[in-house]
Amino acid sequence: MSKSGINWYKYAAPVNFYPLAGKMLPWFTGLTIALFIAGLYLSFFVAPVDFQQGHSYRIIFIHVPAAWMGMFLYVLLAIYAGLGWAFNARLGSMMATAIAPTGAIFTFISLVTGSLWGKPAWGVYWVWDARMTSTLILMFLYIGFISLQSSIEDTRRADRAGAVLALVGVINVPIIYFSVQWWNTLHQGATIRIANKPTMAPTMLAAMLVLLAACWIYSIAVVLARVRCIIKERESEAPWLAESVASA
Amino acid sequence: MGGYGFYVWGSYAVTFVLLAIEVVMVIKRKRATARNARVSEGKLDAGSSKLETV
Repeated sequence: MSKSGINWYKYAAPVNFYPLAGKMLPWFTGLTIALFIAGLYLSFFVAPVDFQQGHSYRIIFIHVPAAWMGMFLYVLLAIYAGLGWAFNARLGSMMATAIAPTGAIFTFISLVTGSLWGKPAWGVYWVWDARMTSTLILMFLYIGFISLQSSIEDTRRADRAGAVLALVGVINVPIIYFSVQWWNTLHQGATIRIANKPTMAPTMLAAMLVLLAACWIYSIAVVLARVRCIIKERESEAPWLAESVASA
Repeated sequence: MGGYGFYVWGSYAVTFVLLAIEVVMVIKRKRATARNARVSEGKLDAGSSKLETV
């Protein structure tokens, strides 16, 4: 085993992760603000008017990033919860608990902005189409995860119960993603695919990707801040750890 | 916004208001956690703060 280099495993302990997260937080906060400003500028002043939808298409610049964040964060949550459960790694479970509110808010944003886009684009605020219905289910899964964890007194039992719910629900995310291919449904198909060229104008794509990066960095910042709170709250259950956290 | 103002500005407003609320809630949670930690260390009188268990 090499004696030089960083021992990354030490950061799996909450008491070591706490100060690392604290040092990372200001950088991610600053980057979030910069990316949002750049992304909003691109969205309103650089991206052109759409031939069919006029200005109403600009909702895409927050609707798509929010939808992606809701889905990605749920998968991350499930992975962390699973790791926390399988390896009895408390920080993993704490990360899942920290991610949940952020993922829920992005999913809610994607539902609301989608609805507000649906009215000018399709004439209706809501239909029970495949993608919208499965995204609504994702919303319920997030709410269920948060409620379930807060309803159980013992933190380790709450972690395990949440992990079961998260892992059972994770099948919903590929359903949301593939729903537009599998079913003949109203919501439009994927504009951005891994193998093919995107069908969007480059300036529109750039604005969307910058705002997607902004949402990612924002999520990291908020989750880091929240997991620090959770570490402090939980480790105060063990006074000897509380002292090291307090002095970190 | 070519007549679509309500939909476009409504969407952006909902987004940023919700994100702002989230940030405020995390900051409040951080303060409550710090306050509770000081109370349990005996540095604060328990009666002078709300013990929050969120």
